[in-house]
Amino acid sequence: MSDNSNRDVQPSCATPVTRPRVITLAHGSGGRIMHDLIQDVFIGAFGGQEKAQRHDGAVLDMATERIAFTTDSYVVDPLFFPGGDIGKLAVCGTVNDLAMCGARPRWMSVAFILEEGLQIKTLERIALSMRDSADHAGVSLVTGDTKVVEKGRGHKVFITTAGIGSIDHGLVISPDRIRAGDAVVLSGDIGRHGIAVISSRQGLSFETEITSDCAALGNPVMALLEAEIEIHCMRDLTRGGLATSLVEIAESANMGIQIAESRIPVSQPVRAACELLGFDPMYVANEGRFVAFVPQTQADQALSILRTHGNSQGAELIGEVTGNMPTGVTLLTSLGTQRPIHMLSGEQFPRIC
Amino acid sequence: MKFIDEYRDPKSVTLYADVISKATTRPWSIMEICGGQTHAIVRSGIDQLLPPSITLLHGPGCPVCVTPAESIDKAIALASRDDITLCSFGDMIRVPGSTQDIASAKALGADVRMVYSPMDALEIAATNPDRKVVFFAIGFETTAPGNAAAVAEAKRCGIRNFSLLTSQFLVPPAIEAILSSEGCTVQAFLAAGHVCTIMGYDEYEPIAQRYRIPIVVTGFEPLDIIQGIAMAVLQLEQGTTTVENQYVRAVRREGNPSAKALLKEVFEAADGLWRGLGVIPASRLRLRDEYAAFDAERKFDVKTVAAESHSPCVSGEILKGRLKPSDCPEFGIHCSPEHPLGATMVSSEGACAAYYRYRAVRK
Repeated sequence: MSDNSNRDVQPSCATPVTRPRVITLAHGSGGRIMHDLIQDVFIGAFGGQEKAQRHDGAVLDMATERIAFTTDSYVVDPLFFPGGDIGKLAVCGTVNDLAMCGARPRWMSVAFILEEGLQIKTLERIALSMRDSADHAGVSLVTGDTKVVEKGRGHKVFITTAGIGSIDHGLVISPDRIRAGDAVVLSGDIGRHGIAVISSRQGLSFETEITSDCAALGNPVMALLEAEIEIHCMRDLTRGGLATSLVEIAESANMGIQIAESRIPVSQPVRAACELLGFDPMYVANEGRFVAFVPQTQADQALSILRTHGNSQGAELIGEVTGNMPTGVTLLTSLGTQRPIHMLSGEQFPRIC
Repeated sequence: MKFIDEYRDPKSVTLYADVISKATTRPWSIMEICGGQTHAIVRSGIDQLLPPSITLLHGPGCPVCVTPAESIDKAIALASRDDITLCSFGDMIRVPGSTQDIASAKALGADVRMVYSPMDALEIAATNPDRKVVFFAIGFETTAPGNAAAVAEAKRCGIRNFSLLTSQFLVPPAIEAILSSEGCTVQAFLAAGHVCTIMGYDEYEPIAQRYRIPIVVTGFEPLDIIQGIAMAVLQLEQGTTTVENQYVRAVRREGNPSAKALLKEVFEAADGLWRGLGVIPASRLRLRDEYAAFDAERKFDVKTVAAESHSPCVSGEILKGRLKPSDCPEFGIHCSPEHPLGATMVSSEGACAAYYRYRAVRK
């Protein structure tokens, strides 16, 4: 029986009316229904976390001089895809942005824009996924907001998260810190998130299911810092993929980076899907991968550390910083030829033939 | 990956590069017809493995590039109607017409769906009987049978709210147009393997004879392409002018008879306007009268629009092999994938876009 069947219940005196468990405009009204939603769904999911109190804001105790602060919005379609969902993405994405600053992720806010008609059980599933991801990443969801828009004026759920992390070391991690000779370490195989989402969205199926790499990167990054790896720069690979991240870093630093095609890990199913769709995996989105620029003398140690963590087990040394003549990113192809890597003009589209 | 890695094996590629080096005694200019081949050559750097006396010229075989702005304008005009849903392949969405691209029309409210196959568009028509669904059928002989199959299926099932806006081209007339153009420097062709998978290659034999030129039907992987170049160079050095088939794992001389029969049933040849090349006789596939009910141009009153404005673009010269993208003074300066001036920059498989993406660019 569907939830909507409850609409047929007649409002007689003795029988209490059970409302359909879908989001209505009343859930954003500021009244009792909204408070009940927050209590049942969000406090229910996040309540075990220390600061999840019903207040206008969260009061945080910081015992650190430097913090990192970031924000990001999530509008993924579909909401659930192999290897993740919008909730996990919203936590991991913000955790990863903090981690890339060398910060230990500590606190996070979350704002939902819900479309009228969304099933509440869908929202519950997302909230619980956020809670799991936050627990795993060691971050607390401390404050939040909910708004409801009319049906057709949103897409089920949009989430915005912001995060604060503490910086407990003296390193400055930034593109302008990269030096000639630095090793470029990639934390694992690329392209899984983009292919998982597009397969799920378009109903494409492959022999082996491709799951998103969506994961929080705080733990492997903290492990590198604790081992006193002198990280010069880090970047998580999101939209635009590995190629775009490296080009951004090379342009910011005005340096040259050379990477070898044969060293870049791409799983067989992702390669096959990219061949089929005419995509270049170097430009396909990731949600749990990063590149780190470290001194060549610490490259092996950094690789060993990363390979002890579940989501960076497949870490590889893919290239090095070549200096400032020429600048930009160069790919050494498997055939031994070279070509520059540029940013794409827009998103990749499947080719016609 | 089986059937991929073998054809990207560096040792085998080097072997053919050596064959070419040893065989070459003088300069030769070879044109690859297909945009997919251009893309593969520039992406894997095959031209870097060739002796400097071999010049690769990049032909007009990119369907997105050669689709005239007028066709895109018609697609936009159709999509902008309240009752029409326009279905298109993804890489057509960003290609500029005279005034805007399909993506902009979509942003302004046109109902545009990106599909992977004409059958997806037919499915949309079948499940949305209140919408008039137009599929933007672009491409060469490779994609045209799929379009024909969709129309034939629509007729069989009585799906009357489905139609095609066609911009489909034929390769052999374009080869002949290039060979008979003034100042043609092309000495051998790599024919497009996928086109020949459908059509076979017997129709290329009279062209090879008439113009005394070697033609090698070639695949798309680096090893295919370098082997195709080696076969062309060996013919040029030996003075032979035959049609050879490098892509034997996919292409038979007679092609795919079922696909050819379907093409003949649904489409007929007509004079065609190519972006960058102009009108080429009998180079376009349009719907036959028996299928007029599925021809969007005949079904709807599509307004004709202004012709392409004058532009400094030299894509016509590039598509004929007379210039390279890097010879153009606008390349990378006033012309880029974000702001294309003409045919060869508008699609990722156009020669200028491939050079822009895979080569150092003046900015």
